[in-house]
Amino acid sequence: MSAPPSVVPAAPAAGGASPFPQGRVAAHARGQRLADRLFQGGTLFFAFVVFSLLAAILLSLYWGARPALDRFGFLGFARSREWNPVTQQFGGLVQIYGTLVTSAIAMLFGIPISFGIALFVTELCPRWLKQPLSTAIELLAAIPSIIYGMWGLFVLAPLLADHVQPWVTDHLGGWPLVGGLFQGPPLGIGMFTAGIILAIMVIPFISAVMRDVFETVPAILKESTYAVGATTWEVVSHIVLPYARVGVAGGIMLGLGRALGETMAVTFVIGNAHELNTSLFLPGNTISSNLANEFAEAVGGLYTSSLIALGLILFIITFVVLAFSKLLLLRLQRMEGRPS
Amino acid sequence: MPPTAAGHPAAYTEVYSSALYRRRRWTNRAALTLSVATMAIGLAFLTWILSTLAVRGLVALRPVVFLQSTPPPGSAGGLLNAIAGSLLMTGVGILVGAPVGILAGTYLAEFGKGNWFAEIARFVNDILLSAPSIIIGLFVYAVMVAQMGHFSGWAGAMALAIIAIPIVVRTTEDMLRLVPVTLREAAAALGAPCWKVVVLIAFRSARSGILTGVLLAVARVSGETAPLLFTALNNQFWSSNMNAPIANLPVVIFQFAMSPYADWVKLAWAGSLLITLSVLVLNIVARIVFRQQKAG
Repeated sequence: MSAPPSVVPAAPAAGGASPFPQGRVAAHARGQRLADRLFQGGTLFFAFVVFSLLAAILLSLYWGARPALDRFGFLGFARSREWNPVTQQFGGLVQIYGTLVTSAIAMLFGIPISFGIALFVTELCPRWLKQPLSTAIELLAAIPSIIYGMWGLFVLAPLLADHVQPWVTDHLGGWPLVGGLFQGPPLGIGMFTAGIILAIMVIPFISAVMRDVFETVPAILKESTYAVGATTWEVVSHIVLPYARVGVAGGIMLGLGRALGETMAVTFVIGNAHELNTSLFLPGNTISSNLANEFAEAVGGLYTSSLIALGLILFIITFVVLAFSKLLLLRLQRMEGRPS
Repeated sequence: MPPTAAGHPAAYTEVYSSALYRRRRWTNRAALTLSVATMAIGLAFLTWILSTLAVRGLVALRPVVFLQSTPPPGSAGGLLNAIAGSLLMTGVGILVGAPVGILAGTYLAEFGKGNWFAEIARFVNDILLSAPSIIIGLFVYAVMVAQMGHFSGWAGAMALAIIAIPIVVRTTEDMLRLVPVTLREAAAALGAPCWKVVVLIAFRSARSGILTGVLLAVARVSGETAPLLFTALNNQFWSSNMNAPIANLPVVIFQFAMSPYADWVKLAWAGSLLITLSVLVLNIVARIVFRQQKAG
């Protein structure tokens, strides 16, 4: 670099030596400094808006939920299975149970499938297929959840009711301990169907994170393992998975957070029943589907407030899960020395 | 890892036919086959859902869908009011959400290095990105609908804006970080003030990337149903009054699909096809724009 040209007006330190009149340069520099401050302040303001959104949501939910929580108590509300607008008795146990069970089913099917997809994309797939296949799986995430609901209600539920559920009930229904989970009439509508749809919906999220963390595994580790004669599966199970386990856990948590809060797809197929059913094949309810079904029509302060209390519980659960996921992924990033 | 005798040709055949070797090979084959199967399952669901949608939606998609408003049960009609309402609310939501998101993202990328406020804001943004959208609906209900005393298109648009913001923040920040520091330094060395460096240099070179974020936000927002259920509600008739309940595609689809009337269910399929097509097209356009960003 040669000597900087001295004619640049906005170099206030060199103002004295500038060929421009000193007053004008100083004024210009002041103007620019003001513009700088305004610009930075403006962006800071909007960052603050985003920052405060979370607190605002939490506060407004708490505020709205207070009448119900005051009346029933937090634990009393969370432990009661009563949901009766007529007698004004409300409890969230059925919905909380349904939310957790459907998400558990989603994880049960979603995690292995996502892992298989990530494994295929990173280790097996020919290079030219990698991009199109990844995009195709990501498109699963782009499909609006209401479409999953439509498809679940009109296509998947009848199919499960006619072909899958009778078979499962016949073969697993009599088992000790778990048999109760698979009993009841094959309705197609219920927690099992909702869980399956959720599983499909979380696959793109979990597999994308897994794929990304698998790709951070240093090639030299994998190559050394291949060099001592390991098979592809041994490389994946002994080297890739242990290396990437933090990120894998983060991806699973991200998928779980999505599954817990998913609304429309579940609302179509869950059946909106306020009963605590052990069988996965029977209708149930989740927090989000209960809100979707009843909130707009809820009359009376306590009814609305109880629904908001459910929303608050859902928000707290998803917040904890998502925060945990984020912390895991951040830790991974630090371990990686922040690749850009 | 059991030591293999690969280095000793004499032991070669013995190793290759040993039970251990065979077992390892079969495990490997089984695992890889399962992996291919999972990929097939993923693709199968995608094609299954899309083909169902195409078959049932195309049958129901008639010109009248675009010409008439939603019918009462038992008579013919279209989705005109719902399409218009959705476009209106998505438009307003993005007009509010995109600038907020871009500016907040700018702060995080340009001024928020190693400062605790930016760290927390980034964390909060990532949580909001995956937070249940129905909770956003509850929030807007509490701060707008309950205060105004009635459901309205403005409340719906606000809910959509809040959903769009984190997406735009995230992409804007990521894209600005891709802009080489040397470009910024070159501008700064010429004496450009900070805002000029950001607006004239960083924004300009990250333009397609930021546009990608906005497009993805439009795609996400236009399929959102849950936050509209109790903010915009629904309206059976034509209305462009944002201060009153307004029809919108997702809620109409929800209402019609759950109904026992065949005409309504048919319209719901037509609406689903419309939404999915526009969302997928937006996604693909966003990807193309993003590729330009990477190339340019």
